[in-house]
Amino acid sequence: MTSDTTVHEVIVIGSGPAGYTAALYAARAQLTPVVFEGTSFGGALMTTTEVENYPGFRDGITGPELMDQMREQALRFGADLRMEDVDAVSLDGPVKSVATADGQTVQARAVILAMGAAARYLGVPGEQELLGRGVSSCATCDGFFFRDQDIAVIGGGDSAMEEATFLTKFARSVTVVHRREEFRASKIMLNRARGNDKIRFITNSVVLAVEGDTTVTGLRLRDTTSGQESTLAVTGVFVAIGHDPRSDLVRGAVDLDPDGYVLVDGNTTYTSLDGVFAAGDLVDRTYRQAVTAAGTGCAAAIDAERWLADREDSAHDTPTKAAGTPTAAAL
Amino acid sequence: MTTSESAGAPVEVSDASFESDVLASKTPVLVDFWATWCGPCKMVAPVLAEIAAEAAGQLTVAKLDVDANPETARNFQVVSIPTLILFKDGEPVKRIIGAKGKAALLRELSEAVPEVG
Repeated sequence: MTSDTTVHEVIVIGSGPAGYTAALYAARAQLTPVVFEGTSFGGALMTTTEVENYPGFRDGITGPELMDQMREQALRFGADLRMEDVDAVSLDGPVKSVATADGQTVQARAVILAMGAAARYLGVPGEQELLGRGVSSCATCDGFFFRDQDIAVIGGGDSAMEEATFLTKFARSVTVVHRREEFRASKIMLNRARGNDKIRFITNSVVLAVEGDTTVTGLRLRDTTSGQESTLAVTGVFVAIGHDPRSDLVRGAVDLDPDGYVLVDGNTTYTSLDGVFAAGDLVDRTYRQAVTAAGTGCAAAIDAERWLADREDSAHDTPTKAAGTPTAAAL
Repeated sequence: MTTSESAGAPVEVSDASFESDVLASKTPVLVDFWATWCGPCKMVAPVLAEIAAEAAGQLTVAKLDVDANPETARNFQVVSIPTLILFKDGEPVKRIIGAKGKAALLRELSEAVPEVG
């Protein structure tokens, strides 16, 4: 139970492209950011295979490699990276504090929220019971175990198409189960999956249950047009139906939209709380790309840096009203 | 994030050495089923290295590369990594699936090995 009495300049919570980019910029601005990477450091890209659309890597780069590069780059400029998970935050007032799962408390004047989004699950019977026993949210991790087997991917977006295509390296067949007729996936990803003869599609179908006792044996499906139920015999189920913002930590502290995304002021990264900034998939419900997350992470660091500098200035000008002085940029 | 070769560091085990290194071990062994291509496995590795150092004597931390050692993974029905299995007196007593934080891991481990955590 250590409690550090130093008041740092800035704390970054999160370690995806947004968190590491914020850390990199804040470190280069000599703010020596304390970065809580959490146990899922690297974020969503740690479970991604090839990233083909991050500019600068013309031949592609794997998700974990890209994250490792960003991490090392932040380290090189002096970011103080800590692998702990954050348990609780107190974001009101001029000194904010963050408490970790192992009982440490760290204080700072500004906080950048970049916790990203967590994979969504179906919420059907059998799913959680069989998680890690045939149900997976990480094709790159678990595809290997389904060599020559029949498996399913649930979802209709880019991640579903990417996973389905990737999984054909191992599986005998991959069935993409999607609840609608239309796909949200980009044309390039969808066409790649459609052109793969190991992949077949079941559309307009919802998953009612994951079946199996100790391992997955099948999926119970319902056709949404005919209402007919059927069982698809598979030994693996990869869930790729999207992500939810990981905002539970700050619920009630900063304003969220009805789906839990952190609200920011217009084109900035200012949240509803003075000195608290947010970036990446925690905020972004529209683009959700590694490069856009990195972009807003950079913006958050710059916003925080300027906000801190403004407060420095006003503290020198009018020392008595330093705390809680509203900045011009807020709202 | 380098691991020293000193005592208390995770040990590499294989299909061939599993019987002697894990099942016949007098100390409980926490086996980390992992692979080079698994991102979340990289997340738990440094946490496991810390636990190995702190629990030296009470607990051995072992790493098994499932790519090179598919037989052991199959025997224990590992179809998702990272999976951690705690072996005590040759028996699997605890299975932890997915990357978890140090505090959460220690909490789960201390149920089976009270000296840890």
